[in-house]
Amino acid sequence: MKKTVFLGALTVAGLTAGVAGAATLDDVKARGKLNCGVTTGLVGFAAPDANGEWQGFDVAVCRAVAAATLGDPSAVEFVPTTGKTRFTALASGEVDMLARNTTWTLSRDVDLKNEFVGINYYDGQGFMVPKALGVSSAKELNGATVCIQTGTTTELNLADFFRANDMEYEPVPIETNAEGQQQYLAGSCDTYTTDSSGLAATRATFENPTEHVILPEIISKEPLGPLVRHGDPEWGDIVRWTLNSLIAAEEYGITSANIQDMAANGTDNPEVNRILGTEGNLGEMLGLENDWAVNAIMAGGNYGELFEKHIGENTPVGLARGLNAQWKDGGLLYSPPFR
Amino acid sequence: MSKSELAFVRHEILPEQTPPITDAGIVKWLRDNLFPGPINTILTLVAIYFLFKLLSGAMPWFWNGVWTASSLSECREILNGATGGCFSVLTERWNQLLFGFKYPSEAYWRPTLAFVLLLVSIAPVLFSMLPRKLLILTVLYPFVAFWLIWGGTILTPLMILLGFVAGYVAFRRVEAKGFGTAALLGIAVTVVFWWLGGYISSAAPNVVALTPVPSRDMGGFMLNMILGTVCVSLSLPFGVLLALGRQSNMPIIKWMCVIFIEFIRGVPLITLLFVANVVLAYFLPPGTSFDLILRVIIMITMFASAYIAEVVRGGLAALPSGQYEAANSLGLDYAQSMRLIILPQALKISIPGIVNVAVGLFKDTTLVSVISMFDLVGMIRGPILASTEWNGIYWELWGFAVVLFFIVCYSISQYSQWLEHQLQRDHR
Repeated sequence: MKKTVFLGALTVAGLTAGVAGAATLDDVKARGKLNCGVTTGLVGFAAPDANGEWQGFDVAVCRAVAAATLGDPSAVEFVPTTGKTRFTALASGEVDMLARNTTWTLSRDVDLKNEFVGINYYDGQGFMVPKALGVSSAKELNGATVCIQTGTTTELNLADFFRANDMEYEPVPIETNAEGQQQYLAGSCDTYTTDSSGLAATRATFENPTEHVILPEIISKEPLGPLVRHGDPEWGDIVRWTLNSLIAAEEYGITSANIQDMAANGTDNPEVNRILGTEGNLGEMLGLENDWAVNAIMAGGNYGELFEKHIGENTPVGLARGLNAQWKDGGLLYSPPFR
Repeated sequence: MSKSELAFVRHEILPEQTPPITDAGIVKWLRDNLFPGPINTILTLVAIYFLFKLLSGAMPWFWNGVWTASSLSECREILNGATGGCFSVLTERWNQLLFGFKYPSEAYWRPTLAFVLLLVSIAPVLFSMLPRKLLILTVLYPFVAFWLIWGGTILTPLMILLGFVAGYVAFRRVEAKGFGTAALLGIAVTVVFWWLGGYISSAAPNVVALTPVPSRDMGGFMLNMILGTVCVSLSLPFGVLLALGRQSNMPIIKWMCVIFIEFIRGVPLITLLFVANVVLAYFLPPGTSFDLILRVIIMITMFASAYIAEVVRGGLAALPSGQYEAANSLGLDYAQSMRLIILPQALKISIPGIVNVAVGLFKDTTLVSVISMFDLVGMIRGPILASTEWNGIYWELWGFAVVLFFIVCYSISQYSQWLEHQLQRDHR
């Protein structure tokens, strides 16, 4: 019985103490560590390696923000969150930001009172089929059995797509990606559908990846990006512009290899100089040091370098840039100007 | 009839002959057990066929197992199409499976030592033939284990221990004036002592200190063991108190206990864990780090004590009312009669039920993987299956988890069977 009294007392204490303090940046600086919410494990995006170090594309965003604010890319406390606990962890102040392959939707942005600060990966739902099936387009899947994770947006997207194309399908409901992988390989379904990055990662683990193809149709928009909670726009700005600096760095050819040189000697391009803090006072406006972006980019490299290192074509995940190329190369990455 | 009329008389006993081949040894056993009739023969043959299929499928998987590769694709290269397990994931990640991925590797000896000490110090509780003085080890164990696993100065657990000692001394001093007053005084003294001790241990954080390891760095099977042991041992006393409270004559205490038990039993453990992880975080002031493991321990303990309370209540109800009356007629007060007469008998009756709850609880600790704690199951489902090297391995990892859990749960159930046999508590 004492415990319930104890919990009750805690409740009262919590309510009187009020909700999360305003200045997240001050909290982070006082703590000396950034609390960053990540997944409990997603191939290529976030997973601890054999030495217990977190690695991955989402993890790199956390490290860049830590480097920009604290000057140290390793000053991050990674807080693993599941799909069910992620938003409460953010809202309750347990983490300062989420970088956790979270799709930007209106209700998550508005109703759950989050602030999506940008997009670090443009994903979309795709289909994988065995080559032996002889299918080259998702429009030829009429009458197929489809392995589909229940209770997700992918399930709804699938129904929409087949109805719009006036086709029939038979769903094989599955619970997790691992189960889907097994069912698909065992032949209980003709095709497996989920986010195309997930499909590529799944295919990479097959014994004979070349016997399976990912169909070209992408049937939904899944913009994944980091987010912060409502109530501290200055902190949101910091995370947003850290992400933008990584994207802009690729656009202007700033890499982890040449950044030291560029920052020391200056360049002819005023935009690059502003990013690197050798001109103007953009860092000061954000409440950071002037070399904030230099630190962020040096943490792991620019956007392109991070992509190649964690999920690019030379990694087991093997994703092509596709939509995630710079706008100049036909992709959607477009950083607003640093001015 | 004279002897000469008989053609032949045997004078000595015939030597014993071996029984017919069909009635002895392996053949008889086979005939009796495997081929006694046509139906059984068919069933035996079918069983042998399936056994053969099973073994011929599974054995090469073990024999060809790869133990030295550094990734799944390397395993497949080595196997080159042959059937075989990729046990390299165990040799590379065993430390993560056992201790979690953030526990400092140079400190692995600490939880290991704590585990060995657990076996040593729990022995006098489990086996009554061991010398009773060993119980001192058992009492000291929680403090030693806390110091070993979490690290920090030894003063912290020492102060907690001394607080208990001070409380106990105070209790003994005034015990003659009544159990209730003495217990209250004891608790008060303990709390005051802790409050004072807190200053001392925080003032000298480096006295006999081990590297501190924060709770969120705990993981792997170690986390399951911590949760299982702590929650089972805490829920026993709470469960007994709740069971007694439910039988109490005082209506407020009785109804509080009834509501608590019925509420907790009516709620799935997983919801309590979500409350611990998610909802409590809203109520706590921002910046308070009310340890997640502690929150989970509180919730699981609440859950288990409600169940144990019901088991113990069953034991109490099974006692003949003569026992209660006998205690009263001896002039014992409530606390004495419970301590000396009722509970020893009731707990004996409850042993199978309590063990049942304990085994179930130990397995339930894997549920914490759902609230993003990296216990054994969480480690497998999250980090290991999400690493680029090992994504796609299932049988080897889950088999390892099964073996670990089976060893622990089977030992517990074997012990309880042995104990029941020892106590022979029914009137046969």
